[in-house]
Amino acid sequence: MQNAKNLKEYNKELSEALDNDFLRKAMDKFAVAYRGGRINAFKDYQVNSLIDDVVKVKDVAIENMDALFEEFKTRAEAAGAHVHLAKTAHEANEIIAQIARDNGCKKIIKSKSMTAEETHLNEHLEPEFEVTETDLGEWIIQLRHEGPTHMVMPAIHLSRNQVADLFSDVTAHKQDPDIELLVKVARRELRAKYIAADMGISGANFAIAETGTLGIVTNEGNARLVTTLPRVHVALVGLEKLCARLDDALTVLRVLPRNATGQAITSYVTWITGANECLDTRAKDGKKEMHIVFLDNGRRSLAKDPLFKQVLRCVRCGACANVCPVYRMVGGHQMGHVYIGAIGLILTYFFHGREKAKNLVQNCINCGACKQVCAAGIDLPRLIQEIRARIQDEEGHALPSSLLAKVLKNRKLFHTLLRTAKAAQRPVTGGTKYLRHLPQIFAKDQNFRALPAIAKKPFRDMWEDIRPNVAQPKLTVALFSGCVQDFVYPEQLKAAIKVLDGHGVQLEFPMDQSCCGLPVQMMGEKKAARNVAIQNITAIDPAKYDYILTLCASCASHLKHAYPQLVENEPVLAVKAQQFSDKVITFSSFVNDVLQVTREEFTPSHVKTTFHSPCHLCRGMGVIDAPHELIKKSGFDFIQADEEQVCCGFGGTYTSKFAKVSEQILKNKLDDVEKTGAKLLVTECPGCVLQLRGGMDTRGSNIEVLHIAEAMARNKK
Amino acid sequence: MAVLTGANKHHGNLRSIKRMQGDVRSQKPGFLLYIPYLKEQNMSALIQTFEKKAVLVSAIVSRVTSLQQAFEYTVDLCTKKKACQILSAGCEEGLSAQAADLCKLKQWGKIIAAPAFSPEELDQLVPLAKEQGISVIKNNMRQHLGGIDIGLTMCESGIAETGSLVLESSSEELRLATMLSEVHVAIIPASKIVPTANDMSDDLKDMMRKNPNYLAFITGASRTADIERVLALGVHGPLELHILIQEDN
Repeated sequence: MQNAKNLKEYNKELSEALDNDFLRKAMDKFAVAYRGGRINAFKDYQVNSLIDDVVKVKDVAIENMDALFEEFKTRAEAAGAHVHLAKTAHEANEIIAQIARDNGCKKIIKSKSMTAEETHLNEHLEPEFEVTETDLGEWIIQLRHEGPTHMVMPAIHLSRNQVADLFSDVTAHKQDPDIELLVKVARRELRAKYIAADMGISGANFAIAETGTLGIVTNEGNARLVTTLPRVHVALVGLEKLCARLDDALTVLRVLPRNATGQAITSYVTWITGANECLDTRAKDGKKEMHIVFLDNGRRSLAKDPLFKQVLRCVRCGACANVCPVYRMVGGHQMGHVYIGAIGLILTYFFHGREKAKNLVQNCINCGACKQVCAAGIDLPRLIQEIRARIQDEEGHALPSSLLAKVLKNRKLFHTLLRTAKAAQRPVTGGTKYLRHLPQIFAKDQNFRALPAIAKKPFRDMWEDIRPNVAQPKLTVALFSGCVQDFVYPEQLKAAIKVLDGHGVQLEFPMDQSCCGLPVQMMGEKKAARNVAIQNITAIDPAKYDYILTLCASCASHLKHAYPQLVENEPVLAVKAQQFSDKVITFSSFVNDVLQVTREEFTPSHVKTTFHSPCHLCRGMGVIDAPHELIKKSGFDFIQADEEQVCCGFGGTYTSKFAKVSEQILKNKLDDVEKTGAKLLVTECPGCVLQLRGGMDTRGSNIEVLHIAEAMARNKK
Repeated sequence: MAVLTGANKHHGNLRSIKRMQGDVRSQKPGFLLYIPYLKEQNMSALIQTFEKKAVLVSAIVSRVTSLQQAFEYTVDLCTKKKACQILSAGCEEGLSAQAADLCKLKQWGKIIAAPAFSPEELDQLVPLAKEQGISVIKNNMRQHLGGIDIGLTMCESGIAETGSLVLESSSEELRLATMLSEVHVAIIPASKIVPTANDMSDDLKDMMRKNPNYLAFITGASRTADIERVLALGVHGPLELHILIQEDN
């Protein structure tokens, strides 16, 4: 449970988590195993169409939340249940406490419920009642007095030794760290709790309006005992769990376990309609006293927010944490307040407030892995950025970001500053090409990887001298450089010109182009992001070009996906932004798929070469095979590294804000690269080049790091 | 009235959604767009798929041709199993005093709980069990909370896509028999196996509408991976699930 007061304190806690060797190893193993398990679970399915179906049914349910609640209430009450609606977390907790009092309950058993975690139900009940969690992981963390570190596997941060020590305390017998035996101990200890309990509290994964049925998805079978043995059953259910029909629940059920744990289905899916038979002698009329408490806690107003209502689609599978490179480094206690992972960063803001969310939402590296894996098609990275912007607007803008935002409004001023920075760096470059990176001239120092110096001459100043002249152009293409290549790595653009040579490409470099705006968007400076978007759409008229080519995957993905969103409320601009977006293409797609370069253009060097796939290339632009093909075509011996598509830890401003996390992600990446035995590491984003090359330099490695354009140019005849 | 207006509106939306997807879902067997291996399967292939999927989640699947054979299987299984011992359901571990007391509750030998069978059917089962010194109970599960050796049930349906059993368990006795037992033996008539849950959603809804109702999809044994993600079976429910597919002769 993240509670840090400020970014400094948060970074300190992150460093402590990074030092936890058990956690790191467990998380690494999990990340790799999860990916394989998920692929296997979906191998007979078109996963994207399954997800589209989930989106459809959830969106209908969100749109009709109030009506579905009424329908559910009518049906469930007809079946003998009592249905409540709690406006706030406190109200829900109090309703539940009152049910316990009214029914003379003293001992309560619970099955897993993230909604109950959200309301801090246990804290509310514990002074008055004996409350026992029965999900094994939840029981363990309850005994340890801590929050979950994963939505599906709440105790994933703990070792068998820690659990054995804990169970030794609980049973007053020494327990061996043997998982099978520990599970059996829990089975017996908790069986006794079930028997003594007079009230059971569960969550629910589905509340089906057409039948008034609750659906509960579990593996252990504890929810079945919790909802059967005690004479009172209370289900705490978020309003977003409502769905119209049984078939809608089945649609979600086809995705939820597969996406959560790689299971085709969980061991138990329990469907409860109304107050069922209860043979406890104290039960009234042989029936269960059944209450269903629906929790609003902001959900009803969220359902009306045109952008954020999609967070209510979340089915709590936890996949966004499973694939998050940051979660993998630091674990769930650092990656959420109650809800964990990318969705946790967002939900914390809405359910637990700005104070709890303001540090957390900074801790997204924007790699897009969560968005790609989300069971409900939620655009998680975008929403995290939107929340950053909201917090900036609510709390006042931080100095570095508002400075950068101001500067970016005026391209000439921005570029003048970069040139000035070049002059200022002279005393500290020591004659090397390393120093530091662009947005970081506004941020703190770091030393875990060497940072490049600003180039002597930016690309824009070379352009007139090197621009290619094509007699009969087949294609007219605008080159979008992005700041890093323009001012730090102009040689990458020069290399691209060489690769394009002979293909009839009339290349233009519109001089009024500026920063793509991604850095300011990441900082929550939405106005500035919009402002530079308009500058660029104006500077590069999409009507004049066949393609807008960029060698920076991050720029490409931002130009393509964020620009139409940034101006979506302004009809004229929106059309132009969409035309602009449609023309954006990455270097490898352009060269491999459009120009269709051939092996004959290159002299093979047979250098053993591996590839790092930038997040914004493979996920942002959906480009996966083209770079592999180009590496082979241009005469290198390609060898694929493990986890090629996992982030390198750069993330633009992320690397300076969370340097320790960035360092560790980079370390994993470089280890995977070294394992291949390659002499050359190729990638397709100047930000990744910066991070990887700097990391290799600091490590003293002799593996060379190049942009794919540079590598290809080297072998071009 | 406001409620009614809202409800009407949402039904309208639902209808249009249904139409949008109609080309896919109105065709029987529904949803198979995604599951090509189930699409054209005949009954025997469907049963094989069911079996394969169930085995994947560590269910032990056998085929029987009569109820008598299923009873023999169950009694044989119970005979080979030692009460509360072989499967280490926890009693042999160092436990707190309260939990250990619970183990003492269970001191009368082995029990098969068969709550949903008719007197005639029980007349077949009981002599077989008696021969082996095994008790058969039909109710009062709450007196056996420490554990039951085998819970024997008959299932409504099987779902081939996931190897799941569908068990109508509105009767508390039946429900508890499948929760308290160390081994769950479930008989499923081969003819009741359907490709996906969607193929029986109307039947499921009919059951749900018999208010109140408690319905379970059961797939493999109770399991957890909450400690170091290591799979362990039998955390709260049965440690083993045996499925007997009953084929007509």
